[in-house]
Amino acid sequence: MIHIIAFYLFAVMTVASGAITILSRNPVHSVLWLILAFFNAAGLMVLTGAEFIAALLVIVYVGAVAVLFLFVVMMLDIDFAELRAGFVRYFPFGALVAIVLLAEIVLGIGAYRAGNLELGTPDGTAATAAGLSNIEAIGGLLYSRYLFLFEAAGVILLVAMIGAIVLTHRQRNDTRGQKISKQNQRRPQDATVNVKPEIGKGVSL
Amino acid sequence: MTSFFQSLGMPFEGAWLLSTICGILLIALPLMLAVAMIIYVDRKIWAAMALRRGPNVVGPFGLLQSFADGLKVFLQETIIPSAANKGIFLIAPVVTFTVALMAWAVIPFNSNAILANINIGLLYVLAISSLGVYGTIMAGWASNSKYPFFSAMRASAQMISYEVSIGFILICVVLWAGTFNMNGIVLAQKGHVFGIINGFVANPLLFPMWVMFLVSSLAETQRAPFDLTEAESELVAGYQTEYSSMAFAAYWLGEYANVLLMCALNATLFWGGWLPPLDIPVLYLIPGFVWFLLKIFFFFFVFSWVKATVPRYRYDQLMRLGWKVFLPVSLAFVVIVSGYLMATGHFA
Repeated sequence: MIHIIAFYLFAVMTVASGAITILSRNPVHSVLWLILAFFNAAGLMVLTGAEFIAALLVIVYVGAVAVLFLFVVMMLDIDFAELRAGFVRYFPFGALVAIVLLAEIVLGIGAYRAGNLELGTPDGTAATAAGLSNIEAIGGLLYSRYLFLFEAAGVILLVAMIGAIVLTHRQRNDTRGQKISKQNQRRPQDATVNVKPEIGKGVSL
Repeated sequence: MTSFFQSLGMPFEGAWLLSTICGILLIALPLMLAVAMIIYVDRKIWAAMALRRGPNVVGPFGLLQSFADGLKVFLQETIIPSAANKGIFLIAPVVTFTVALMAWAVIPFNSNAILANINIGLLYVLAISSLGVYGTIMAGWASNSKYPFFSAMRASAQMISYEVSIGFILICVVLWAGTFNMNGIVLAQKGHVFGIINGFVANPLLFPMWVMFLVSSLAETQRAPFDLTEAESELVAGYQTEYSSMAFAAYWLGEYANVLLMCALNATLFWGGWLPPLDIPVLYLIPGFVWFLLKIFFFFFVFSWVKATVPRYRYDQLMRLGWKVFLPVSLAFVVIVSGYLMATGHFA
């Protein structure tokens, strides 16, 4: 009973907030609705027994990616009239993306229904090994069977990160930064001198 | 508790619902009371360190000061700026307050006193704490005012920066404990060093991690010396500038509930949670939640102490500390700790 109520609550909220994401006129509202959609999707994951994926979804998408989205969108100076002006021009492209996504979903469900995929069973019960928690099961798979794929993904991310740094980093010689280590190395005896000059003589520095 | 309600002749679902609601109330109501008292304690400690008296008029020793403040705020008029984005402006304090309470669900108060004893307890805490930034960002944007907006920008950059190193620190703890379950982490600390000291903090490999976690938790809760989001000399009152009445109070309560949560995490992850400090049978006669509360109050004292004594960081220094010091060091420690554990056959 609670399962059913929870499922319909999360599902309706996910679909509804997804719809409002693309319908709302203010981009900041869109991102906030998108965050609600992510959050409810995480709730659905918990219901299917994939609590690790749910936690990752919230940490990665809600906690990091969506914050960056919001960050960028909030800084934009948005002209609402111009936003709506391009609707007809971009419509074919949007429709194409929608068709591709629909085809992928149909294909995915078809392959899943056909069986022989070790994701779970078609009746919706996830097939985790008995006595293993979610994290142990995923860890066991990632670090044994899919080890090379996992490491390849890691290397690709590393290359992307280094690439981004190389592309955006520039050496500027006209600024003077703070060198904390140099500051910490300074001792009072290096920085100050105690002198007692005679009257009228002055001090040479 | 579910079985108790079931024994009264309820169906399982009703009993589960009722017992969960009771559990939530059992945590949330004392927490709110604790927040009210901790604000008083904070002001008293701060005053004592500045050689002042602090609140001492309302009630005996000024104990009722927070309630008087609450009443005052409650009777104030709620002002919504005409240029504000009304919906988000009103939701933002609710988000902050709710998120501050949510993470308490997985904190173990005693060996069996935990609302949700889930396998991914620590990940849940990370997930919820990453939500905390939204209350600030939404407030800053919806206020449609420059200072709150600057403050929101600062807050989001600061919290993302320090969450990265907190993640690596927690990985070290999880590697040693071998579980994400909060109660499992507490139990893994039993007799951890020389078979007698309860707590990862006495472990030479994890002690630096704890120091970094303490500093990061100061940054994560935007307490001094990292309170750049409400640096009053630059940003008036930061993201709360446009807020008044109960919306302002919700931020206030949420902030202190977050501080208490970070104190509780310090206690749970590094100082043995509800275990007594030493693994001696006599000390187990004192109930676990007493030890736990003592540890929370100790850490709260440390937080107040820092607030009273350390000057505020500059923003570039804050970013340098997060990205150039904590991130590489915690990353190195993940390698060192996992290497040590593999070499000594911890996982065998």
